[in-house]
Amino acid sequence: MKARIHITLKKGVLDPQGKAIANALSHLGFDGVEEVRQGKYIEIDLAGSDSTQARARVDAMCAQLLANTVIENYAVELDA
Amino acid sequence: MKSCVIVFPGSNCDRDVAIALEASSGAAPQMIWHGETEIPECDLIVLPGGFSYGDYLRSGAMAARAPIMRSVVAKANAGTPVLGLCNGFQILTEAGLLPGALMRNAGLKFICRDVYLKVENSGALFTRLYSHGQIVRIPISHHDGNYFTDAAALDRLESAGRVAFRYCAADGAVSAAANPNGSLNNIAGILNGAGNVLGMMPHPERLIAPELGGSDGRALFDALAEALQCA
Amino acid sequence: MRVTVTPEIVAQHGLKPDEYAHILRVLEREPNITELGIFSAMWNEHCSYKSSRVWLRTMPTTGPQVVCGPGENAGVVDIGGGQVAIFKMESHNHPSFIEPYQGAATGVGGIMRDVFTMGARPVANLNALRFGAPGNPRTRHLVSGVVAGIGGYGNCIGVPTIGGEVNFDPGYNGNILVNAMCIGVADADKVFYSTASGVGNPVVYVGSKTGRDGIHGASMASAEFDESSEERRPTVQVGDPFTEKLLLEACLELMAGDAVIAIQDMGAAGLTCSAVEMASKGGLGLALDLDKVPCREAGMTAYEMMLSESQERMLMVLHPDRIEAARAIFERWELAFAIVGETTATGRFIIRHQGEIVADLPVDVLAEQAPVYQRPWTATPPAPCLSAQDVPDTDDPGATLARLMGGPHLASRRWIWEQYDHMVMGDTVQRPGGDAAVVRVHGSRKGIAATTDVTPRYCAASPREGGKQAVAEAFRNLCAVGAKPLATTDCLNFGNPERPEIMGQLVGCIEGVSEACIVLDMPIVSGNVSLYNETSGIAIPPTPAIGAIGLLEDIDKMATIAFKQDGDVILLAGETAGHLGQSLYAREIAGRFDGAPPPVDLAAERRNGDFVRTQIVSGNIAAAHDISDGGLLIAVAEMALAGDRGCTLNVPESPVLRHAFLFGEDQARYVLCVAPEKAGALIEAARGNNVPIMKLGMVGSRDIILDGRSVHCVTGLRQAHENWFPSYMEG
Repeated sequence: MKARIHITLKKGVLDPQGKAIANALSHLGFDGVEEVRQGKYIEIDLAGSDSTQARARVDAMCAQLLANTVIENYAVELDA
Repeated sequence: MKSCVIVFPGSNCDRDVAIALEASSGAAPQMIWHGETEIPECDLIVLPGGFSYGDYLRSGAMAARAPIMRSVVAKANAGTPVLGLCNGFQILTEAGLLPGALMRNAGLKFICRDVYLKVENSGALFTRLYSHGQIVRIPISHHDGNYFTDAAALDRLESAGRVAFRYCAADGAVSAAANPNGSLNNIAGILNGAGNVLGMMPHPERLIAPELGGSDGRALFDALAEALQCA
Repeated sequence: MRVTVTPEIVAQHGLKPDEYAHILRVLEREPNITELGIFSAMWNEHCSYKSSRVWLRTMPTTGPQVVCGPGENAGVVDIGGGQVAIFKMESHNHPSFIEPYQGAATGVGGIMRDVFTMGARPVANLNALRFGAPGNPRTRHLVSGVVAGIGGYGNCIGVPTIGGEVNFDPGYNGNILVNAMCIGVADADKVFYSTASGVGNPVVYVGSKTGRDGIHGASMASAEFDESSEERRPTVQVGDPFTEKLLLEACLELMAGDAVIAIQDMGAAGLTCSAVEMASKGGLGLALDLDKVPCREAGMTAYEMMLSESQERMLMVLHPDRIEAARAIFERWELAFAIVGETTATGRFIIRHQGEIVADLPVDVLAEQAPVYQRPWTATPPAPCLSAQDVPDTDDPGATLARLMGGPHLASRRWIWEQYDHMVMGDTVQRPGGDAAVVRVHGSRKGIAATTDVTPRYCAASPREGGKQAVAEAFRNLCAVGAKPLATTDCLNFGNPERPEIMGQLVGCIEGVSEACIVLDMPIVSGNVSLYNETSGIAIPPTPAIGAIGLLEDIDKMATIAFKQDGDVILLAGETAGHLGQSLYAREIAGRFDGAPPPVDLAAERRNGDFVRTQIVSGNIAAAHDISDGGLLIAVAEMALAGDRGCTLNVPESPVLRHAFLFGEDQARYVLCVAPEKAGALIEAARGNNVPIMKLGMVGSRDIILDGRSVHCVTGLRQAHENWFPSYMEG
């Protein structure tokens, strides 16, 4: 089973890298880019096939290590 | 003074801070490997600068979950003084001993240079040999030193006088221009509520002798040595 | 992998038809694809130095201070007190052009491994960088990536990056140069070499696991670029400084004991080069079992494993009874550790994979019988001297000064070195921005000074004088901080050596460098050659980058460039003829790109440098600065900025035209500052040593005052000097 985890900065937390990406896009001539927020994407291959259990484990991983919940949110997708 | 320096894989200022501790206290600290589980009886715990775990995932994130950290947290809560410098500060926030987080510098670049700091709290164990409002010159060397916390926590820090150091100009002006990394309120170092844990991004251990370009960092280690000598 | 070796495949491996014919002759059969890959890795320019070897042999490499010259991972020099300095500079040009961050990062990682492979803890890094014209559309991206990559690697591992140099020139538009230098310190009785010995000793692999990184990187570094280079990105290696930090600590821990017989970094063509070199130096054979090699990816072929350039790996021959102790060290640092083979008496390089012998080659043919070419060459025609009379004077020396100091060639490099941790390890006693950076030898009062130098425009106009000048400038930079120059490493960056005029540049530069190293007593102890730096037939300017180190017996007797005190007397040491050919003034202000570079009088360099150093060590000098790019007025202005105080200068009556006096780039010169009460004795001492010396003026005020008129204020000049780089990069 594969877990796909997206980690993003919480709304309201300044994202200097996102700002720099937005600037670079506008330098390249891409108009209409209103805001860019960047984050992390993590893939985890998990043993077992119980998706409820897997989700609970991945949530714990996010809370304990993968995301810093002071500044970051996370979202988990599971693929069978 | 009996001190312990925790060494994580990727720590690289462990030797530098050990030399500073020995210069001030006369006693070499004990170096403790991250995989240990118990910190021996000591008067001071130091989390050194560097790139623990390569700064991978987030600076300090993996070190904060190292086996030795349970013991660090327990001792800190029991009152043992803990000093986190640079990566050590990042680890302290990740471990929950200090509030907030250290994010990527606002300019996005790694910065290594001397900065001026205003001593905002000279009553702490670590800062008692500085005077209130004193301007000191100490280097920074980091990529992720942009201090962030939510408004309520910031308010608590400020109202309790827990900001130990603030980035400022040579004349002491605390301004956006003197803020090297975008930290909220120019925060360079903070204390925990009990005052026994200090985290700071600047490296006082790098300026402890004139031949290195200055001695303003020395007083921090002298203060600890003096206070903890007979403890 | 069963691949029939066709002429096309031979050509893709960079082997010429006559080289392949030689392989067929010595093997008496056709090589298989793995063997062909091994030959290609060993016989390419990068590993075999086949075009340069006959000339490299002519270079001076010995001296009483030299413990080990070229041929090992790095050069070893005695610094007294039972310690040695181990250092080398190496190019990572092509990978950095394709992927600037990773190319530069892995260049730094590679050169540090060369140093700690020999048992030294790295104590300082430097970098010599050449980029295309600032206006070239790719330049900004390359500068930003290379600088971030160097910082990203060096900062993480915790070795200070203390110096280097940066040039911009359209000649590098299609081929940037990234030359990384590392200096380490070891105990003299704890230096490790790459000569295997003993039969049946285990060959041990440590570090990162092997993946499909940079396969054929070493061959890429010896091929010209073309339009398709952009598509070669997957072959670029990715650096992991965290693993390298662990590898460094684990290796030094292992080396504190007596387990290691031989050790070799897996650099270009990883497993192949390291194994063959250790066996060849020991006159042995070596057998590898690839099934034992720790792999990161499944299904790797023998060909891929032998040519992978995965980073942060080492190969060692260990004493058999120390294996378990060694394994324990690497396991504690969470690094791969595997016995992958053994030394043999057969003289053959035998590789087994999945129960089959996939290569069986003679070690000596791979290593020592690599082709050596006596390439035809034509000398660069001498450039006529450019008379100062033919270069217009400036009516506003202040504006000229600001334009040069605030332009790409002389602007402050702070934007770069503030991204490098230049203080970690707590021994940096002279930070970047001066003539040479200095690190204290840990736990002592001694210091190691280091610099990198070359002036490519001089080398292009006269390879021989340019080669001499590169070494002379390094010598001056060391003398100007009070260090005794010890030894040299070189990175010889040139175009395609199969073109006689390029080969002529290489020959001329090597001759010039050699001559200077002899006279200045700075033998070459290590280095590398990077050829084929051309794109679509346009070669880079000849760039023999010189890295040099010097020794200070007492860091308290060190000089810096900063003006110290108002009233100090400013002196000019050395002969001023007003040479403007190839000067920045001629090029940037007058638009004259012709003319011979300044001649280098090596005897005068030696005399003047020895004098300056002696005076610094005796405590008679308040500040010292060598005069190089931009000439005298630039040197004085740099001292003013560093000390944040101005000065009053008087141009003496002489046959030298005023603009040539102020901006000429005559060699063997220094600006010295002395306390007024010491000036008389110093001038007398100079005359006694046949060192030309004259009074120029005095430190003081907030301006630079020339012949009674303020030409610029220090604050405004600082703004111009500091602003160029950040505003260019923000572009």
